[in-house]
This record gives sequence, C-alpha cells and structure tokens, in this order.
Amino acid sequence: MKILHKGYLTGPIIGALWALVMSVTLGVAISFATGAAAKPALIGSLILGLATGFARVRIANRWAADAVAVIVALALMAVGLGALQFDDSFNFVWRVALSVVLAGAVSIPLNSILRELRFGALTRHQFEDAVIRFLTGFGYIFFTAIVVIPFYVMVMTSMKSQQQLMLNPLDFSIDLSRGWHLFDSYYELMTQFHFGRYLWTSFYVSVLTVLLTLLFSVPGAYAVARLRFRGQKVFSRGILLIYMVPMIVLALPIYIAYSMVGLRNSILGIVMIYPVTTIPVALYMLQGYFRGLPVEVEEAGLMDGLSRLKVIWKITLPLALPAMASVGLYVFMIAWNEFLLAFMLLDDPSKFTLTRGIASLNSSEIPRQHLMAGAVIATVPIMALFLGLERFMTRGLTAGAVKG
Amino acid sequence: MTDISPPKGRGALARREARLAWGLLFPTIAIVALVVIVPLLAIFWISFKPVTLGDLRPAEIRTRVALRDRGDQALLELRVINPSREQEMRNAALNVTLPEGVALTGDLPQGCAMDGQDLSCDFGTLEAGANERFRVDAQVTGDTREAERAMRDAEVKATGHVSNVLTNSTFTLDNFRQLFSGSEFWSVLGITLFYTVFGTLGALVVGLFAALLLNKSFRGQGILRGLYLFPYVAPVIAVAFTWITLFDPYSGSANALLVQMGVSEGAINFFGAKPLALIMVTVFEIWRYFPLSFLFILARMQSIDTDMYEAADMDGASPFQKFWYLSMPQLLGILSVLFLLRFIWTFNKFDDIFLLTGGNAGTRVLTVNVYEQAFAVSNIGAGAAVAVVIFACLLVFSGLFFRTMSREEGL
Repeated sequence: MKILHKGYLTGPIIGALWALVMSVTLGVAISFATGAAAKPALIGSLILGLATGFARVRIANRWAADAVAVIVALALMAVGLGALQFDDSFNFVWRVALSVVLAGAVSIPLNSILRELRFGALTRHQFEDAVIRFLTGFGYIFFTAIVVIPFYVMVMTSMKSQQQLMLNPLDFSIDLSRGWHLFDSYYELMTQFHFGRYLWTSFYVSVLTVLLTLLFSVPGAYAVARLRFRGQKVFSRGILLIYMVPMIVLALPIYIAYSMVGLRNSILGIVMIYPVTTIPVALYMLQGYFRGLPVEVEEAGLMDGLSRLKVIWKITLPLALPAMASVGLYVFMIAWNEFLLAFMLLDDPSKFTLTRGIASLNSSEIPRQHLMAGAVIATVPIMALFLGLERFMTRGLTAGAVKG
Repeated sequence: MTDISPPKGRGALARREARLAWGLLFPTIAIVALVVIVPLLAIFWISFKPVTLGDLRPAEIRTRVALRDRGDQALLELRVINPSREQEMRNAALNVTLPEGVALTGDLPQGCAMDGQDLSCDFGTLEAGANERFRVDAQVTGDTREAERAMRDAEVKATGHVSNVLTNSTFTLDNFRQLFSGSEFWSVLGITLFYTVFGTLGALVVGLFAALLLNKSFRGQGILRGLYLFPYVAPVIAVAFTWITLFDPYSGSANALLVQMGVSEGAINFFGAKPLALIMVTVFEIWRYFPLSFLFILARMQSIDTDMYEAADMDGASPFQKFWYLSMPQLLGILSVLFLLRFIWTFNKFDDIFLLTGGNAGTRVLTVNVYEQAFAVSNIGAGAAVAVVIFACLLVFSGLFFRTMSREEGL
C-alpha cells in the first residue's frame, strides 16, 4: 500500500475507478430513462478518469479539473472512444450534452474526493481519507440504486399495459399521457379480484394480532423482567429458543390439526395462530425494555400501598407506552407480511389475506402488471406506516428483533 | 444464644411474588405450549408414521336405504359401503325408522332387528372397500309411491369406525430411511449450507458497509436510513415477485440491459438455471436482510464512546487504523451475535426461496424440502422427517448461540 501513497498515483487511480462508476451509473440511467442504448465503455472511462484525476492533483485547481474533464470527454467522443457509446437514436446535440454531463459527473465529485491530495508523496491520512471519500460516494450510489430500482420497477410495471411491457423491457418511463388509464390494473384488481376485501381482511387480522399479542406478552414480559421466581433464567432463554423454531416445522402439524377440526379456510384459525407466532418476539422485546425501566419508581408505588397489579397498570404501562408502540408496529408488520401460514391454510378466495391474494395472481393467465399492482397495494400501506413512524420502528427492531 | 443469621428459605413475600409471576405467565405459557410444544411433539410422532395427505380426512361409512315396488312384491334395499381402500371399518351400524304402512315380511339380514318401526342393524366389521347389499321382502299398505318417497326422505343414522393412521399404533422408520438413503438429502443439505453461510456473511458485510456510510450526521441521513430499510419492511411476496419480474428471461429489464450493454449475448435465465439460481437466491437474501444487520450495527456504532476516537486522533491514528483497531473490537460482539442469529434464521427461511424458484434449479433447501415432501409428493410422514432433521440442526445451533451469548453482552 505504501507505494500508492503518491499523489500522482492515487489521484489518477481513484479518478479512473470513479469514472467507471459514473459511466455505468449514467449509462444505466440513460437506458432506463429513454429505452435507448448508451453503453459504458471501459477504455474511454479509464482515460477520462485518469486524465481528470491527474489534472486535479497536478494543477490543484477545481476549474482546471472540470475543464480537462469536459475537453477529454468531448475529444474521446469525437474519435469514437467515448466513455459512453451511444446508438443511432441520439443526435449530435444529445451526444455532446450527455458527454458534458458525464464529464461533470466525473469531475465535480472527484474534486472533493481528491481535495487534499498533492502531486508528490502523501501522508497516510491523506491517502486513506481520499479512499474513504471515494468509497462513500460509491456506497451512496450503490445502495440507493439497489433499493430504488426494484421498487421503481414494481410501481412502473403496474402502470403499463401488456404491449408496452413486451415492446421494450428497458423503457422505465411512465407514460403520463394515459392519464387515469395508468391505474387500470389497480381498478381491475379492486373490482374483479376483490382486493378491497383482501385489504380489509389483512388489516383487521393484523390489528387483532397486535392486540392479542400485547395482551398476552405484556404480563408475561413483566413477570420475566421484574419478578423473582424459580426458573426465571430458563424462561428467558426458552423464549429465545422458541423464537428460533422454524415456522415450516410448526406449519405442518398446524395444517394437519386444522384440517381435522375444520379450522382451515377460516379467519378465526388465522387469528388464532398469528399471535402465537409473534408472542415470543414481543415477549423478548418487551422484557428487555421493562428491565431498562427504573425499579425505584415502582418501589415507590409499592411503598405507597399500591398492589403489584396496580403498579403495573398505573406506573409501568404508561412508562412502557413507547415500547408497546414499537412492538405493536413490528408485530403489525410481521402479521401484514405473513405469507406461509396464509398460503397453507387459506384456499377459499373469499377469505384471502392480501399476501395470499397476491400469490393467487401468480399464474400465466393473469398479466404481469396485475401481479405488480397487487404487490404495490400490499407494500404501500406498510411503507406509509413505516415512514410515518420510522423512529418507533427502528427502535422496535433494534430492541431485540433479528427475526426475518 | 440467639440465632442472628438472616432467615433461611423463602419467605411469604417471595412466595407471593413467585405466585404472581406464574399467574402472569400462565396464559402465555399455556398458549405457546399449545401451539409450539404440541406441534413439535406431533411432528416427532408423525415422522415415524406412514401418513399421506389423503389420510387426513378419515373415511366415513356410506349407506343407502330404499324401498322398491316391483309390481306384486315390495323390497327394502340396504346398502353399506366402506369407502376406505386400506382400512377395515369396525362397529359399522345403522339405524332407520321405516315410514308408516311399511312392514318387513322377509328374513332380516344377520345382525338386524326390528323394534316397532325402528330397524337397527349391526354389521360388525366391514372389509376395506366393502360394498354390501341386502334385500328384504316388504309389504306396503296404502299408497306405494308415497311410501317410497317417505323412505327416501327418512333419516338414516349410520356409524362406523375406521382406525386413523395418525392415532393408531403403526410406526415405521421408512420416512427416515428414505430420507437418508437418497443422494438427494446430502445435496439439499449442501445447498442449505451454501445459502445460509453466504447469505448470512453477505448480509453482515453489506450491512456493515451501509452502517459505516450512515454513521455521521448530515442532512437527509434520516431519509436514507429509512430508504435503506425498505427491502426488509416490504412484504416478501411483493419483493420476490418484483425480482422475478426484473430478472425475467424474456421480458425482464435486467436481461435487456445486459444484452444492450454487451455483457451477455442472449437472455440469461437467472432463476431457472443451475448454479445461477442458487447464487441469485443468496443475493436476494443478502439484499433483503442487509437492512437488519445495518440497523443493529449502526445502533451499536452510535453508542461507542467518542473519547476513544479523540484519544486516537491525538496519537495520530489513521482512519483505517481507527476502524480496524478501535471500531471493530467494539463491534465484534454485535457482529458475532448477529451472525449466529441470522445464521439460524436464514437456515429456517422458507418463503424467499419458495417464492423465487419453488425449490427448482438446484435451490431446494431443507425447509422447502419439508413442503415438497408433504404437499407436492403428499407424503406427510416424509415431510415431518425432514422437519425433525431441521429441528435437530436448530438445537445444535442454538446451543452454540447461547454459549456465545453468555460470553458477549446480552443482546
């Protein structure tokens, strides 16, 4: 690594890597935006990045680096070695404009990535800071892309018609001129596929699950966290152990039992089983929270003559409200997203939950955009809830849930 | 001399507290036992039984009683059917009230008796698939058609007991023998381990990277943090189908992009070809669960004391040194706990692979195998045997987990 601690090496190398990242990013973005080809090219990107990085450390002036980047990008384009290879659908003006955009995308961030580098020998700090700045920039682009692209594809596909989908899979644009017809798939799902009813079923099943889970887990968690009794240790470990039992192992006997007593195909059966899958999680999260509450407040209550149950009701529960909110939210998310049990236990379309309803759309007779519209319908409510209450949610998750 | 040592044993207060604790815990214990412990025992039981999907609905006796008037002679016809093809039916019996005006004149079949207008028959044991028919001469006074109709409408009470495979005492080791003898099991185990190890490690490393990115305050940090949690929060079925759409060999955008960029010649079947499908489901697992490790690592990072970093700055430590010698030791605890927990849960994961590939193209892991055996092959006993194997693995893992956990700070 020591060899690299030279401005004239570090600058161009980071420059070249950054140019590669930018030309791929821009190429993908252009392809998705227009549906036409803009191939990132290895050689062109490397030359552009090397030149810009070199100029930045040599001249140590940001405008100089910008100018070099624009000139090199245009020159490369002119000789046909451009970092982005355009197909015929781009005219000359577009090519020039996009090359200048690319040059900017390479040089402007590069200016700040390489900002403290001199041409000669670098200290370890300068070198590592530059590498970290490069990785940070790359990280933001990488993570944002991998998260945003799938969700965008989901929404975009749901708003297309069958021919548009077949015509050009690369076209990521949404044709706004279709107006309300963009939502045709949603309309059909709501009217012909009873998704309104599935939404409602999912909603009340999830709410009931949250209520039942809290009802059972709050007293239990309090007992495990606060009261002394024999077997307390074993118990708190037992909770975690149960929390690790795979659902599919339990689903099989539950399926058999439900088939025999006739609880399959009933919402009652689902509402009975969901809370049990979430109670161990909730117990585990809540007992951690109860342990963190100061004992003194409760002891003060006991001294003043409240009974244990009154203490729980009047002191502990009000203090634990935020924790209950986060646990409730997390349980709601589990119940809303639950797929396996709904899939195994529900066969009757009039009793489907949303996830089961989407699973029934996965057939070759039903167009893809309907499936994606179903996915959007299931995702939007939970996302809205999550974004609105993100603070609770992250706290709920980190309070002890590593469950997937 | 008076004894001044503290009282021994449990006092009344301690006992009362313990009673309250058990009282509070009882409903939870009861319900968890009912839905977790009982099914676990049941799965052990079933794994030693030759049960198929068809055995879940026990066979019921079928009967028909009809009055037929052939001109001069009326006949009462009784039919008794045992629909089960494998099991005999014990204590088969029926009971029917004949309409007014119908009297039996012929000999009653064996086991039958008349009491007033009540005909009751006891057929004893019926063979598997038995279909027996008895005819008795009858005499009808009054309107024959009316009597026939009344006979058709008469309520027949029939009982018969078929022994249920689930509850009888037939046991077999076939399920396990079949499971371990095939080469399939070992390949399934190998695939499970690949998926679990790489899925877990990948999610940890990617999560660590994301946590490092967001471990500084800047504007929009909250938004990015929320955004990076999306894959975990969205319903698995929604994101799984989105991935399938995105990587579809014919109409998927990913393939179109790769072809256009000149990376690949033709369409790649991402979820349908060995060994790419296994890699893809592992990548999906990493994509979906990196937010979780990211969240935990970030929470731990933000609780590290900043004094240490200031001291390191004074001593001239470089950024990489600070990360490697200061942050990493602090994060090791959470990383090892996360690794073990995620390992267990990835091992238990069913939905993701089931939705993405259905266990085809070399992606069948143990959990999917349970489903395949029980429902696709409809051999519930074999499925239960796989589930028992999963449970045994789980016990080993959680033993490891608790040993690590008591060493590390409690999570």
